[in-house]
Amino acid sequence: MNTPGQGRAGDVAIYALGLGDDALVLAQRMGEWIASAPELEEDVALGNIGLDLLGQARALLTYAGSADGRTEDDLAYLRGADEFCNVLLVERPDDGDFAHCVARLLVFSAYQAELYARLASSGDETLSAVAAKAVKEVAYHRDHATQWALRLGDGTEESHRRMQAGLDAVWPYVDELFAADELEPGLPGVAVDPAELREPTVAYVSGVVGRATLAVPDVPAAPGGGRAGRHTDALVSMLAEMQGLARAMPGVTW
Amino acid sequence: MYGNHDTTSVPVEAPAADDPTFDRDFMALIDDDGRVEPRDAMPDAYRRGLVRQIAQHAHSEIIGMQPEGSWIGRAPSLKRKAILMAKVQDEAGHGLYLYAAAETLGVDRADLLDRLHTGRQKYSSIFNYPTPTWADIGAIGWLVDGAAITNQVPITKCSYGPYARAMVRICKEESFHQRQGFEILHTLSHGSPQQHAMAQDAVDRWWWPSLMMFGPPDDDSPNSARSMRWGIKRFSNDELRQRFVDMTAPQSHALGLSLPDPELAFDALTGHWRYGEIDFTELFEVIKGNGPLNAQRMAHRTDAHERGDWVREAALGYAAKHARTEAVA
Ligand SMILES: [Fe+2]
Ligand SMILES: [Fe+2]
Repeated sequence: MNTPGQGRAGDVAIYALGLGDDALVLAQRMGEWIASAPELEEDVALGNIGLDLLGQARALLTYAGSADGRTEDDLAYLRGADEFCNVLLVERPDDGDFAHCVARLLVFSAYQAELYARLASSGDETLSAVAAKAVKEVAYHRDHATQWALRLGDGTEESHRRMQAGLDAVWPYVDELFAADELEPGLPGVAVDPAELREPTVAYVSGVVGRATLAVPDVPAAPGGGRAGRHTDALVSMLAEMQGLARAMPGVTW
Repeated sequence: MYGNHDTTSVPVEAPAADDPTFDRDFMALIDDDGRVEPRDAMPDAYRRGLVRQIAQHAHSEIIGMQPEGSWIGRAPSLKRKAILMAKVQDEAGHGLYLYAAAETLGVDRADLLDRLHTGRQKYSSIFNYPTPTWADIGAIGWLVDGAAITNQVPITKCSYGPYARAMVRICKEESFHQRQGFEILHTLSHGSPQQHAMAQDAVDRWWWPSLMMFGPPDDDSPNSARSMRWGIKRFSNDELRQRFVDMTAPQSHALGLSLPDPELAFDALTGHWRYGEIDFTELFEVIKGNGPLNAQRMAHRTDAHERGDWVREAALGYAAKHARTEAVA
């Protein structure tokens, strides 16, 4: 894992990098749906969500990089998978299954909504500004995912089955969102304790799952470790695609 | 629209004064530069011609998402990624406006998409060319969106109100796209030698196909006369093509890139840029389906649509169920 800068400023940078990587990796996944969504309205909506996430990622990476003189692009394009500190939930491939996309977005946006609501009152001015803007964006993402979870869960037999399968597939990665963050205790009043987000996030998601006539999955958690740079092959192939051109021609301006 | 080369469809006869279905009042409205609105009576052939044109325009917008969409994941900087994502999303929005405009004429989007998927309606052939390098994203923005604007600005004054209004919104966004494409090429052209070569190669490949977006030469354009008579088309294919050349030739100098036409030269007498002869045999091959990527574009589109079948059915099922519940409650 990378250590941008030293001491407290370095810790804030690492914290921002984790949140920024979450947003960047999910933005990249959303981008895969544009021109491949089930209907045109969805190409637009998923594109909007991807753009919001990309905006959050850029602000957070820029801030993280400012600790040691790296740009957002240095961080996005010149780190290997083992230097990324996103949670594993966001790197999972959807494999073109819209139910997986909705299930992930439901969980992740519910988590982000709780996170940013608290981070908006962070003692760190930059983080609080990013969060204050993002909190409105993720409210829309969460609403969008909620509407689809209801339609798919309570639509047809097939969509019910697929939506349940989507939830089952993402659920093992939920735990990691709330895993203790080794930096957080050292950043009181700046970072948010992830453990605090579990109850409200799960309550929101379970409420939607119930209304959608679906069941909250009862599956064992997958191993986490994303924040520490332990990732799946899915991230490795995503980065190979994302970074290919930038790495092939280093040092130029695009 | 993205292209005027609608040569494969059966031309609808232009109304003649001695035709019993000819609506004298309607033509008076057109001659008076009036706007036709959805509830107005209109000759059937006018309606059918418009449906076809607007639908094919809409299809072009959504198929056009593919060549650029394939670069969203690979854009070489986050800023470029954001701009490209927004652009491709804009094109989806253009598709939506245009399908909505077509629906005011009594057809529905699902049916029009079906006509696209079964090959009964076309989309602009320009999107059957590949985008092998990042510079293609610049060339598409500069040339393809540039040609689209040239074609579309006159449609903002066309006789059918909903089409004209959709086009006002669309043209605003297309001009952003063109500027962004120009900027990508400008950066590449003034970057490393390898980047410059990449930009030049893309412009070399896209120049002639973008000239063909204006359709066949006027003498060979069976549908143009009818469209012009009805106030749907305001300028001929060749007039629009000339406008485009006059706009882009000087811009290529600002870019520091050349255009692949040795005969391209400014004619001080006419005030226009002269250009070499266009080889339309290639265009007709692409229209017939023999372009580099016709099959791939259609396969991608129908695949996305079919993979979305269950999602759209679920949305309908949910809506029906909940309409019933509300009615009972
Ligand atoms: Fe467009
Ligand atoms: Fe465009």
